[in-house]
Amino acid sequence: MGPLVPFIIGNEFNLIIALIAGIGFGFVLEQAGFSSTKKLVGLFYGYDFTVLKVFFTGGVTAMIGVLWFGHMGILDLSLIYINPTFLVSALVGGAIMGLGFIIGGFCPGTSVCAAAIGKLDGLAFVFGSALGVLVFAEGYPMFEKIYLAEAWGPVLMNEQLGMSKIVFAFILTAFAFTAFYFTRRIENRVNKIETRFEKKKIIAYSSAIAFAFLILSVVAFLPDSESRRESKIAKALEKHDFTPVLVPADKLADQIVNNYYKINVIDVRDSGSFNVYHLPFAINIPLEKMGERQWKKILDQKHKTNYFYADDILMAEKAYLTATYLGKADNHILIQSGSEFRNIYTNLVAPLPDAGKNEINTYNFRKKAATDMATLVEALKNSTQPIQVKTSKVKGGC
Amino acid sequence: MNPYLAGFLLGLILLGTIYVTGRGLGASGAVKSVLLSAVVKIAPEHSANTPYIKTYSEEHPDGPLKDWLVFEVIGVVIGAFISGVLSNRAGIKLERGPSITNSTRIVAAVIGGLLFGLGSQLGRGCTSGAALSGMAVMSFGGIITMIAIFGSGYSFAYFFRKLWLK
Repeated sequence: MGPLVPFIIGNEFNLIIALIAGIGFGFVLEQAGFSSTKKLVGLFYGYDFTVLKVFFTGGVTAMIGVLWFGHMGILDLSLIYINPTFLVSALVGGAIMGLGFIIGGFCPGTSVCAAAIGKLDGLAFVFGSALGVLVFAEGYPMFEKIYLAEAWGPVLMNEQLGMSKIVFAFILTAFAFTAFYFTRRIENRVNKIETRFEKKKIIAYSSAIAFAFLILSVVAFLPDSESRRESKIAKALEKHDFTPVLVPADKLADQIVNNYYKINVIDVRDSGSFNVYHLPFAINIPLEKMGERQWKKILDQKHKTNYFYADDILMAEKAYLTATYLGKADNHILIQSGSEFRNIYTNLVAPLPDAGKNEINTYNFRKKAATDMATLVEALKNSTQPIQVKTSKVKGGC
Repeated sequence: MNPYLAGFLLGLILLGTIYVTGRGLGASGAVKSVLLSAVVKIAPEHSANTPYIKTYSEEHPDGPLKDWLVFEVIGVVIGAFISGVLSNRAGIKLERGPSITNSTRIVAAVIGGLLFGLGSQLGRGCTSGAALSGMAVMSFGGIITMIAIFGSGYSFAYFFRKLWLK
């Protein structure tokens, strides 16, 4: 699941990704004609709306894509970088940038493109923007007040408008298409020309519009990957058409004593019950948090066997099914509940002298296992704690 | 290239970048990284006494050679150059409005750049990092910055028409 950095792709290789993304970015900007100020400022005088077309199409495409990826469960939207809102400095900074745009004719990205193909004015603009950053850095005490005022944090547009993400996406997409239509009319009036749509173009444009709304409708009306998983699990539980490997307490105890390094004992109860009592070496992955990416390495691996347990078999089965849908590993269920396991190994009652051989054997096994487990836990106290994987938010910035 | 096609490709690149790295594209941050590390190199004493530069270099100890945006902008240079060569647009050139001189154009470009550079610091990103990437993730701040940039551009356009129009 994305974002791939830093879990799947390391931070070093990320720089290569940056280079590749940049090549694509620069190529497209230049192909769109953004290395020319004539095209860029055309937006402000009404004779060329290329900037708006490229910019809006790009933004809307990425926005729909992000929503769709989130819906399919391949991108964790809670981890992506959201530019924080500092209302005052966003407005003041934006106003200064707009002024810079109309005087200089570029924005930083496009000036780099222009400089790359040999435009001297582009180079001058890049030089100027370095000066501007320097002015800010040197004069920071002067700017600090507006820079930090009205810090709202990473708020979203749709939250501010009191609507869901998908509704906002629909509105913005519709707005973009409407803007495309009207800007074309303005362009035609300013340039005193009349454009006619060829049949081919009409087909291309209307299918693009249809495609955009189709994807938005998929996100809006079809269940997302999480609810699909939930309903699959509910169905499987109802029909009971799965055959988990059920393991009795004694077998698990034996595994813990002899193969503790080959197994994961997973407690899917909430952390409160976990802290009161848990099996030796158990890791706490609460059932509702199994989808979090920090557990992926446990649920999706081929080296260790996973043993799930809970307070009742139904919950353990749910965890087992969730684990099967989330990853790929050798999964088992402990038949007994956590407290039953505890009972078996802490309240050992010596059998009567005339008890059967089996009973005595079981008693002896359990007694030894209980001591062994306690010894092991004590001995490995420091080395068996699972490594905490921090799910850090991505840092961004322009 | 058809602008809508270019926009669609731009959106896919942005989407791919967000999918892989969890963040959008940017531009002005690279200028900042290179510039401030240069200042630290050239004038270490002064930098140590300037709180903003000091904090920045403490927060970015690896310098521009480990900076995501610096690598991205190096890519932009390469990508734009390839595109320019392919479309026969590369070559030393100065583009200006019909009613101004070359030196006016250069001065205007430097001033415009200066304002944009300053504004991008306040806006925490420029048209790429704040506006475009902000729109992709529906950031309120990003979209507000975008509206401010274009709103201000339109408001001032009339006063600077001599720079661009006949």
